[in-house]
Amino acid sequence: MKILVCISKSPDTTSKIAFTDGDTKFDENGVQYIINPYDEWYALVRALELKEANGGTVTVITVGTAPDDAVIRKALAIGADDAVRIDAEPTDAYFVSMQIANHAKENGFELVMTGKETINYNGSQVGGMISEAMDLPFVSLASKMDIDGMTATLETEIVGGIQIIEVELPAVVSCAKGMAEQRIPNMRGIMAARTKPLNVVAPIEVEKLTSFNNYTMPPAKSACKMIDPENMDELVALLHQEAKVI
Amino acid sequence: MSTLVYINSRNGIAKNAYEAITYAKKLGQEVIAITTGNADDSVLATAGEYGASKVLVDRSVATDDAQQLTRVIANAVESTGANTVVFSNEIVAKSVAPRLSVRLKAGLISGAIAIPEGDTVKVNVFSGKAFGNVKINSDKKIISLLPNSIQPEQTGSACSVEEFNGNAGEAKIKLLETKKPEGEIPLPEAELVVSAGRGLKGPENWGMIEDLAKELGAATACSRPVADIGWRPHHEHVGQTGVAIRPNLYIAAGISGAIQHLAGVNGSKVIVVVNTDAEAPFFKAADYGVLGDAFEVIPRLTEAVKKFKASN
Repeated sequence: MKILVCISKSPDTTSKIAFTDGDTKFDENGVQYIINPYDEWYALVRALELKEANGGTVTVITVGTAPDDAVIRKALAIGADDAVRIDAEPTDAYFVSMQIANHAKENGFELVMTGKETINYNGSQVGGMISEAMDLPFVSLASKMDIDGMTATLETEIVGGIQIIEVELPAVVSCAKGMAEQRIPNMRGIMAARTKPLNVVAPIEVEKLTSFNNYTMPPAKSACKMIDPENMDELVALLHQEAKVI
Repeated sequence: MSTLVYINSRNGIAKNAYEAITYAKKLGQEVIAITTGNADDSVLATAGEYGASKVLVDRSVATDDAQQLTRVIANAVESTGANTVVFSNEIVAKSVAPRLSVRLKAGLISGAIAIPEGDTVKVNVFSGKAFGNVKINSDKKIISLLPNSIQPEQTGSACSVEEFNGNAGEAKIKLLETKKPEGEIPLPEAELVVSAGRGLKGPENWGMIEDLAKELGAATACSRPVADIGWRPHHEHVGQTGVAIRPNLYIAAGISGAIQHLAGVNGSKVIVVVNTDAEAPFFKAADYGVLGDAFEVIPRLTEAVKKFKASN
């Protein structure tokens, strides 16, 4: 089975969020980039487990520029067989999805996996967009996945519970917590990653459907009001009269 | 021109669907709702109270298959001539809106938190640590509104319900089984949430959290370490890698408030933090803080809520 795992870089979860150029650009100063945790912990690691159980290959793909190769090498160190970088600035989810769908179609991937969302843009769009562009079923928010031949059985999140579904591959799956446990790359993986193929591919032309104009920061939180631990009646009264939430 | 709103009516119409209709109404065009499934006409007609002029329902679609729903909504866009589609950004919408964006070549704004200003819409980015202002360049537009960003406004009366054939095609996803815990308030929809972390020392101590939640009519949640060591089920884990919630009230007991936890709860309108450590970072993000032992404070709070309920 040929599995394609879509990865995105995202700032380390502890990064300070700030903007430059008149609040139009994310301030990368001092920011450490990681593989978006949903892409890494859940999509990539489960893809590797499926490959180990059923055979096949795992390719990681990202849309980005040369500095992103460091993040891609980490995915190779974790165990992906090879990588593809579509050489372009990822402007919006539609642009990214069209690039990946085009590559996946041309190269006959049978399973495309994404994380449920990135932790920087939280759009949760790329998986669905790829599936429509490839005219494939889309299973979103999968927390478990197994494959038997070309049939996949998955557990997915629904409002207030879970459901178990079955789908014939090829398909696109977005992965949430529960799919797999994080894998730390070992020294052998890191060494091997240096020589694994990383193919840089030119982008296709795509219409720009959305643009990010600028960013703003949330208003500063007013100071926390401390309540006497002996006096919970006061807290309840404040929640009722001042905060108006109960 | 009109605005089409997708509402999920599988288990009745949730509050977030009424929020989406209210939002659509504020865009200033005629609002038409589209849904699928077997809900009663009288239930669907309530969309009118929030501003829909009619509800289209395709009764041939029985599941939430994203491919089918996308075809139905795309066909409804065509037959109504709508130039804008509004979703509530819940689980089903997250799989359908992106597909629809590609099918219609319509720009999608996902996670909107406010009414458009001019041609830009404010969205949550960096897990709520910042906002982005996004513009859609295409003629057709799709906006997916984060739940609990605006309040539903009842302005009208029940509307007509019309059968609609959306040519959904076949479902390629086969539903084998649905598991829903009985009697629990689903976390993503909850307006009040009571949450606890490692400070509770063990799963056997969760009774007081459940008591408080029950008294408030709240859902229960937990921090990541607690879900990882198996004290609580994974679906209760709120935070960066778990569920992101936006309730009106979030009460956190024995959670220090690591940045990854805050990322999942910073959309809460009011945060109450109970912790024995005055240096716990969560106090900086809280509206109300109680410096004290959860084992004493939480039962006391439950009693206070009981007393309040009895006198109101």
